[in-house]
Amino acid sequence: MAVLECKGLSKRYGHTQALDRVDLAVEPGRIVGLLGPNGSGKTTLIKLANGLLTPSEGELLVCGMKPGKETHALVSYLPERTSIPLWMTAGQLLDFYEDFYKDFRRDAAEEMLAHLNISPKQRIKQMSKGTREKVQLIVVMSRAAKLYLLDEPIGGVDPATRDYILSTIIGNYDPEAAVVISTHLISDVEKVLDDVIFINQGRVMLQSSVDQIREEKGMSVDELFREVFKC
Amino acid sequence: MKWQFSNDAPIYAQLIAQIKVGIVSGAFPPGERLPSVRDLATEAGVNPNTMQRALAELERDGLVYSQRTAGRFVTEDKAMIDAAKLGLAENHIKTFLLAMTRLGYRREEILDLLRQETSKEGSTDGSSGM
Repeated sequence: MAVLECKGLSKRYGHTQALDRVDLAVEPGRIVGLLGPNGSGKTTLIKLANGLLTPSEGELLVCGMKPGKETHALVSYLPERTSIPLWMTAGQLLDFYEDFYKDFRRDAAEEMLAHLNISPKQRIKQMSKGTREKVQLIVVMSRAAKLYLLDEPIGGVDPATRDYILSTIIGNYDPEAAVVISTHLISDVEKVLDDVIFINQGRVMLQSSVDQIREEKGMSVDELFREVFKC
Repeated sequence: MKWQFSNDAPIYAQLIAQIKVGIVSGAFPPGERLPSVRDLATEAGVNPNTMQRALAELERDGLVYSQRTAGRFVTEDKAMIDAAKLGLAENHIKTFLLAMTRLGYRREEILDLLRQETSKEGSTDGSSGM
């Protein structure tokens, strides 16, 4: 069964059509890039998938269920903006996640923090922007979820941090779970992805595997994106 | 091992080529156990499914074999490794000849230039990039 499925999914904000009859399916074990220019509907789709928004029309299912209490236990979400409580220490944040989510793997989180030399006693307020993003990604990836929704996980961090974030995503790979990564920094994530979904003005333009694009077009996903979305 | 990827070929095909180079050059010695798919994928910074696909293809070719629980190993068949080495060499030579032909050189001239270059001192260690 698909981890994430959209059928004729539309979302309007007033007169603005953010998503327009989107059909797609994400199977378990896949790492999928949700790629599109700014304002194409990436964040709207992710917010619909974790129940922060409700569809105007059509249907969205997570593991066969409409977003709600049951799916919150299956979905691990990294918002576009860092949203962890600043007054907590890293250790308190782990306590918080452990309280909230049954599937939280505390040992995995502690190991990743130690690897980055982040002390559990350090306050999040005192961390740099990049470190905060790393800490938030660590707690999100430390859940044994069925669907990871990562909204721009590599925007606004340096290339070394980008590499760390991507290797964390690979290192936590679970064949039972799917990962959806929204980004416009395609060349950085391309090698990590199984499939890509091109989205523009709320519509799905293309859904294909990375190696299929390279095989058929003889160019990288990044090059194809630049061609398709040429201004 | 250093992993590098170009834009014009599928990633799994590039992984196959680079693992082959690793086997031929002895970075992955005959009979040695390969790291797990996840570790190799993390090291190369690629998707684990793509790495799995590359290893499966190498397995089909016989360069690596898996043992049910112990993992994947490099073949001990020296002849097979030599054949892979020759295959890689032929690819390099074809690419080289194609590039030289495009520059307008004829076979004889190419061979002369090669002879001159290889007789120069210090030209035996391949320092030219791919």
